Amino acid sequence: MEAVLFFLAAIGALGGAIGVVALRNPFYSVLALIVHLFSLAVLFLLLTSAFVAAAQVVVYAGAVMVLYVFVVAYVGGGGESAWEPIPGQRILAPLLALALFVELSIAVLSSALLALGTHGPDVPAGFGDPAAIGRLMLEKFLVPFEASSILLLLAAVGAIVLAGRRREDGGAVIPSGHSAPKARPDGVAAPPSPGVTQ
Amino acid sequence: MNVEWYIVLSALLFTTGAIGVLVRRSPMVILLCLELMLNAGNLALVAFSRMVGNQQGQVFAIVVMVIAACEVVVGLGLIVALFRRKLPLNVDDLRELRG
Repeated sequence: MEAVLFFLAAIGALGGAIGVVALRNPFYSVLALIVHLFSLAVLFLLLTSAFVAAAQVVVYAGAVMVLYVFVVAYVGGGGESAWEPIPGQRILAPLLALALFVELSIAVLSSALLALGTHGPDVPAGFGDPAAIGRLMLEKFLVPFEASSILLLLAAVGAIVLAGRRREDGGAVIPSGHSAPKARPDGVAAPPSPGVTQ
Repeated sequence: MNVEWYIVLSALLFTTGAIGVLVRRSPMVILLCLELMLNAGNLALVAFSRMVGNQQGQVFAIVVMVIAACEVVVGLGLIVALFRRKLPLNVDDLRELRG
């Protein structure tokens, strides 16, 4: 049963990954990545890490992918040009990646980690559930936890600064129905209303 | 299932992501392929944490998720800024910073 689930999830994860790389339309790539993320969540469940699986589905497939879909819908697909600055890049790149895979496999399979061939030690019932992970995060890893929260805040502020509309280049783009703030006559930009800055 | 299956699968997923980063030109798809590589790393972390019988690897995986979310937010912000300035969304055309 476990082996069947593993192979189903592995096929889903690998198929999703290949779909992300091979599909021409970025929108379909995003959908393939969602399939990949759900399959990975199943794999995490098989590895008895329920909280990571739940976070994967809620945070990744729920929030990050919605962001992707928004940006793909805003920017639009657009074909890729056939111009290659490095000749033979499309043939060389998979060969190099294959070499990387062989190298990684050799490193894993010839390592001295004897437990690799087992399915791990027997773990108690609460292994990897939200209570255990939460206790670990708030007691042992409190400083990394806080640091990652600050990092998230910085990323959010940085994204607003990067993608936010500025008055000088975005003034004409705002539709007239929108309640956009008027630019002051002395040239100082008015503070943008929360509906305009995204 | 033995842990080595998960590790080999993770190597395979990482390789697929690396092919995507090397072959694709659209910055959006390159970001998606970076996600693939980060997820492969996550799978390896969780598999090793199961192998050792220790939950700390799972906390690492969650921190990697946070990093991935930050990277996506900043990268998509850059893409939107590029689109606003009517610059081409193609990493081969955006080579002004190249030395």
